[in-house]
Amino acid sequence: MIVGEQKPLAEIMDLLGQAQKVLVAGCGTCVTVCFAGGEKEVGILASAMRMKSKLDGHSLEVDEITVQRQCEWEYIDPLKERLGEYDVVLSLACGIGVQAMNERFPETIAVPGLNTTFLGLPEEQGIWEERCQACGDCVLGLTAGICPIARCSKQLLNGPCGGSQDNVCEVDPDIPCAWQLIWDRAMALGRLDELLEIQPPKNWERSRDGGPRKIVREDLLLAEEEAE
Amino acid sequence: MMTEERTNGYKSGSTLEKVLATGHFAVTGELGPPQGADPEEVIHKAKLLTGIVDGVNITDNQTAVARMSSIASGVLAMREGLEPVVQMTCRDRNRIAIQADLLGAYALGMRNLLCLTGDHQSFGNHPTSKNVHDLDSVQLIRMVKDMRDDGVFQCGDAIKAGKPCFFIGAAANPFGDPFDFRPYRLAKKIAAGVDFIQTQLIYDIPRFREYMKRVVDMGLHEKVYIMAGVGPLKSVGMTRYMRDKVPGMIVRDEYVDRMSAAADGIPEDDKKARRDARRQEGIKICIEQIQELREIEGVAGVHIMAVEWEAAVKPIVEGAGLLPRPEVE
Repeated sequence: MIVGEQKPLAEIMDLLGQAQKVLVAGCGTCVTVCFAGGEKEVGILASAMRMKSKLDGHSLEVDEITVQRQCEWEYIDPLKERLGEYDVVLSLACGIGVQAMNERFPETIAVPGLNTTFLGLPEEQGIWEERCQACGDCVLGLTAGICPIARCSKQLLNGPCGGSQDNVCEVDPDIPCAWQLIWDRAMALGRLDELLEIQPPKNWERSRDGGPRKIVREDLLLAEEEAE
Repeated sequence: MMTEERTNGYKSGSTLEKVLATGHFAVTGELGPPQGADPEEVIHKAKLLTGIVDGVNITDNQTAVARMSSIASGVLAMREGLEPVVQMTCRDRNRIAIQADLLGAYALGMRNLLCLTGDHQSFGNHPTSKNVHDLDSVQLIRMVKDMRDDGVFQCGDAIKAGKPCFFIGAAANPFGDPFDFRPYRLAKKIAAGVDFIQTQLIYDIPRFREYMKRVVDMGLHEKVYIMAGVGPLKSVGMTRYMRDKVPGMIVRDEYVDRMSAAADGIPEDDKKARRDARRQEGIKICIEQIQELREIEGVAGVHIMAVEWEAAVKPIVEGAGLLPRPEVE
């Protein structure tokens, strides 16, 4: 899932500028699961904003709403009617949700209340860690199911650098060495041969290259009249 | 073939390649470029090494600290009669920039190249910089080999005006983990096309011996020249620091003890004498190590890393009985 964390309140208040009336908009999907931007967090943040503005000597009007998914038109379209009343929408969705709001409602300014941090999973209650960098050319089938692009500090494809020691990365003892993990798992599964293949230079064309990446599925496109 | 004439049947025709190919025990050193533009810094260090080593590694922004470029420093060192081993890391350049720099390096007379992953930028003086790692060291080796042997760029296009024919080196760390992976990783570098290897600093000879045994059992020593990495210890603090703090290094306690005992009997207040005694001990240890490493099957030479202590190289090489260096044609 997409993992995010809330920006500091002071930064959020700065982003709101001179706004008098704000809608705090949560998202019911990824950021709800990671306790950063769901209905509950919307409520807590809205209260904090009201208190802060009162302490600062002006009373900001703050309303709350949470939609199922801010990244899909069908879930945000129903907001259209009420957005006119607000000076700013503070979106607690990931960066995709914030942009969806701005894109769908050109008259509205939506600002981010979260930092979208990574694609990852909750390792345990309260701890999330990155697992995927959406590089567009998945290597997990070659690396015993452990991603060196997301988890190796140098994104190496052919084995560990010289800095791997006692299972950890040279960069920080809190970072497990991805190649130690890959090695251990490959050995446990009897798949050493895979690691001995020289992996050629990666095709980064499918990663950060040439504007936003795009997928077009001809088989799913609606005919023009259907799309209307 | 133009290249074969130029390299006289050798891959690169470098002195280092010839020394190794003719069965001599090779010696390389290391020169760290300055954090500035003054050529005298390089020239001064180069003078300390001329005639002492067969080649000298010129580091590429080592420990991710911005410095004079390896290739430019290499040209300065070459003018002093040294043969540079240009270091090239994958941290700061993508495949386009690396190939461009290598063409330039060859045009300027560089013949040896060491292909490295590169220290992570978080260790250097620009920890907020973005790293590249478009290639890893194995992929870099293959790219340089293809440029030399097939005359093609990494994309497959033909090199149009002169192939860069480098003697291709790489690093190996017998002390990194997973230990069992290390000989296989060396095998991958060989399969990618590496000609010589310089190891990480060795302060654990038994573990290095075990590593070399596996390397020899796999027959790898017959496919690549392996140069054992050594460096003179300078002080007790430095020895402890390397033992306790440097990732991927193993330092046996005996070295800490010896460095510590080196100043025994010298009055505490005679700091200079104590320091000199420790430095002498560091050089002595290094000489003993070279003699011991030389006896290990598969070791073709020694790479002496005397960072910011270039003056120590001559007494080490001399003490190990490795002077004068062979003349090769």
